[in-house]
Amino acid sequence: MTPPDYEYLRKILKDHSGLDLSADKQYLIESRLLPLSRKCGVPGIGELVQKMKGGSSSIIAQVVEAMTTNETFFFRDKVPFEHFRDTIIPEMLKSRAARKSIRIWCAAGSTGQEPYSLAMSLKEMGAALAGWRVEIIATDLSTEVLEKSKSGIYSQFEVQRGLPIQLLVKYFKQNGELWQIAPELRAMVQHRQLNLLHDFSQLGSFDVIFCRNVLIYFDQDTKINIFGRLARAMEGDGFLVLGAAETVVGLTDVFKPFPDKRGLYRPSGVRAASAPGGAAMPKIAAMAGR
Amino acid sequence: MKTCLVVDDSSVVRKIARRILEELDFQITEAEDGEQALAACKAAMPTAVLLDWNMPVMDGYEFLGHLRRLPGGDIPKVVFCTTENGMDHISRALHAGANEYIMKPFDKDIVAAKFQEVGLVALPEQSLI
Repeated sequence: MTPPDYEYLRKILKDHSGLDLSADKQYLIESRLLPLSRKCGVPGIGELVQKMKGGSSSIIAQVVEAMTTNETFFFRDKVPFEHFRDTIIPEMLKSRAARKSIRIWCAAGSTGQEPYSLAMSLKEMGAALAGWRVEIIATDLSTEVLEKSKSGIYSQFEVQRGLPIQLLVKYFKQNGELWQIAPELRAMVQHRQLNLLHDFSQLGSFDVIFCRNVLIYFDQDTKINIFGRLARAMEGDGFLVLGAAETVVGLTDVFKPFPDKRGLYRPSGVRAASAPGGAAMPKIAAMAGR
Repeated sequence: MKTCLVVDDSSVVRKIARRILEELDFQITEAEDGEQALAACKAAMPTAVLLDWNMPVMDGYEFLGHLRRLPGGDIPKVVFCTTENGMDHISRALHAGANEYIMKPFDKDIVAAKFQEVGLVALPEQSLI
């Protein structure tokens, strides 16, 4: 891949998805876009870039999807789901006892493994949640992965990554080499196409937000902006779950880490500066050397 | 030292499994059928057994039944690894005391994931992307 092609792809990805690739991510582009090149019938990334420059918006959309679609599997990282079972839901059972409802948002729902892992966790809690209304909203940038999520159909390979065999037997139906999650679990998850760069206030207010392994793609200012809007989309005593490599520390004070629970955060009650270029921003941008 | 008994009548499968499990810090012994595996377990109970289903002499399912009745035979984590990929087989295996189940074909990620499930391999450190 030539340096101008790389710069072109960086700019396109930044403009369309907010994905902020550092200067050394050529391998990532190659691993994601070479298969796409072949699918589009061209030999390499140079030719793919030519097609993009030719103004093919469908190719650009496919490139953005290929680059932003993250690998995912059931119960990925385990720990966040332990937090969910052992900390978040027990807290909610107390604090929401009067209204008996919980709204959960998977902000990078991808192909459905995360929202369905949460749905299975809820089912496994059984009687404790009887009579409760639990909504799971799964959103993603990519309509393609949302379609897959809606179908709830997974390959034999996918159901063997992170999903305990007992849960496979309990919650999936086999159809040849494919496995489909049970209708009652599919019914627990609603799907919406959403770009986190855009306004998401129409989704309403949430008690729990899983926003894992997606903010890593964004630059500092965008992360700060999204954290501010996530805080506004959350109840004051809600929970935010980030990916293992992500944190709010040093970026924003609208969320604070939950003691001794890695990746778990709660709103701090501090309001974010609403306009870009608020007081805290230039300092952080300067710290990041930008 | 964690030990894993790899039971499969295919020497190729045993070799692949050995390589993957050695990378996961297991010390490997091998058996070609259920009867050999049972003898190996009587001699020294392994931490884990990676178990094929269809084998000559004694199949994996029958072996599992015998193993679980041995003194200390409840200790090893048994992970089936078989082309018997139907729900009926999986249910039978779990009922007989299997801890996990790998549907062939398998790769390193699946083996690592399944041994994480049974608590014998630590979760990997997260990479950024």
